[in-house]
Amino acid sequence: MSALLRDRRGAFGAVVLLVVLICAIAAPLVTSGAPSAQGDIVATRFVPPLKTDVHGVFHALGTDRFGRDVWTRLVYGARISLSVGLLAVLVSVVLGVVVGAVAGYWRGPLAVTLLGLTDFALALPRVVLLLLLAALWQPSTGLVIVVLGLTGWMSVARLVHGEVRALAARPFVEGAIALGARRLRVLVRHILPNALTPVIVAAALGIGNAMMLEAGLSYLGLGVQPPTPSWGNMMASGRDTLVNAPWVAIAPGLALVLVVLGCTMLGDALRDVLDPSAR
Amino acid sequence: MLARLGQRLVAGIAVILGVVVLTFLLLHLVPGDPVEIMLGPNSTVEQRAAQRAALGLDRPLPSQFVTWTLRFARGDWGTSIAKGQPVRRILGAAWPATARLVLLSLVLSYVIGLAVGALQAARSGSRTDTLLSVASVTLFAMPGYWLGLMLVLVFTYWARWLPGFGAAGFDADYLTRGGWLVDRLRHLVLPLTTLTVIGIGGAARFVRGAMLDTLHQPFVTTARAKGLSPLQVIGRHALRNALTPVVILLGLSLPVLFSGAVFVEAVFAWPGVGRVLVEAVQARDYPVVMAATAVSAVLVVAGNMLADLLATWLDPRVRTAAT
Repeated sequence: MSALLRDRRGAFGAVVLLVVLICAIAAPLVTSGAPSAQGDIVATRFVPPLKTDVHGVFHALGTDRFGRDVWTRLVYGARISLSVGLLAVLVSVVLGVVVGAVAGYWRGPLAVTLLGLTDFALALPRVVLLLLLAALWQPSTGLVIVVLGLTGWMSVARLVHGEVRALAARPFVEGAIALGARRLRVLVRHILPNALTPVIVAAALGIGNAMMLEAGLSYLGLGVQPPTPSWGNMMASGRDTLVNAPWVAIAPGLALVLVVLGCTMLGDALRDVLDPSAR
Repeated sequence: MLARLGQRLVAGIAVILGVVVLTFLLLHLVPGDPVEIMLGPNSTVEQRAAQRAALGLDRPLPSQFVTWTLRFARGDWGTSIAKGQPVRRILGAAWPATARLVLLSLVLSYVIGLAVGALQAARSGSRTDTLLSVASVTLFAMPGYWLGLMLVLVFTYWARWLPGFGAAGFDADYLTRGGWLVDRLRHLVLPLTTLTVIGIGGAARFVRGAMLDTLHQPFVTTARAKGLSPLQVIGRHALRNALTPVVILLGLSLPVLFSGAVFVEAVFAWPGVGRVLVEAVQARDYPVVMAATAVSAVLVVAGNMLADLLATWLDPRVRTAAT
């Protein structure tokens, strides 16, 4: 852990993610008012950043076309965007670990089928699939999580498959089998804990990627639906007012870049720290 | 070599078929009726049934699928339910715009990314390397649609230099030949820049890694020991060997670029396949969605195969390993 924080990229990533996470959890404390509340629209809309509106309320990041505070929406949007990213990656990691472990440990027709399925899914154009799935059902936050999870497990499965196959031939596994441990127990207790290093790295990188895709779907109107704020639909609504209120689109985009950057840096640092041979 | 090509071809066709079957099933198993969208909420049950029969949507799914596949293979891609135009004309008008955008940005981002990554590897650990690393990872983290919006904001709304929407101006048909070309190029600048800039981030990151791996190999030490200049070591020996994984990535990044193009086309109202697909999905336009998905699957598979071939040509080891 301390090695991770001594790496400058790791420290940067950890700090960014921690700050965003704390803001998202403590949303009511760092903001005032509800994210979707619309008050005196005509008087308070399009207030520029760092200005005070006619009612004397200060807006650090300005207001949008409905007079809603952009900072408040950004913080509440972080809750949605972060949880979509985390949960989607959780779904794909669980799926990927199960498929990869089974295919790597039990050879035979089952492994061949699973590997074929993985290669096939890997070759599918992901965004086309995302568009189809997201557009065909009623768009919702839950659907976005499921869809992102279902289209993101393949690289994890491949990583785990490789690791499990290599580990299964190692002496300590043979030792465990010789001691009479059941195969499932050997897999879960002895092999998987040793195979998870690349998965952690892939998950860190995957969270950033999933958040970016969520924002993309919401931007096209196929993801999280307004008035619930997500960084994607905030950018979409900022697009319509780009000329008179560019800050509405700039703020969520910058936040997204920062978080994805944090995830990537943290992932890179994790890889170096956890796997010294790759340095 | 030929056997390898054959294998790849079979696998590629399997993927395309899989995509088509999956799309077909998804389209028909989920709620949402194109006939209802087409005729509006005020249509009677009889009208809808008649329309459904006219479109062949009342027949069982397997029979619909076989009919569709046979017709598609013969080149009859059907008629758009939403627009009433032949699907082939819609996609035929759209694909050159996407191809232009994706291929140009692929070439540009790899040429620039290769140069940046090679420079970084040559100066590994220096301040230039750190700076360029931060820059490329930042670009890598940038969502295309947002970068596109920002470019439109700066260059279209604030500076008023470049058009931000569409592939041609409203007056395009009345321009002279030179003016027409300038108009086209000006419309291309912002979407192309968006896609390319993001591509550079990924390419530079990858090239740097591949180059660093190569620079630690014994033959590079030999080349240095022979007294070759650093430029010769990098250019003649290291870069050429680091190129194999890069070319493979190039093929793999074609689908990624195509995905990026879907979002970028949405931002810039670029009349390409991505926009056709988004519109068709929203209108439940079955024939267009099916054809657009099949076409993008073919593009993706072809990109992967092309990369495989290029890698074989570049690296004799892959060639001999295959035979």
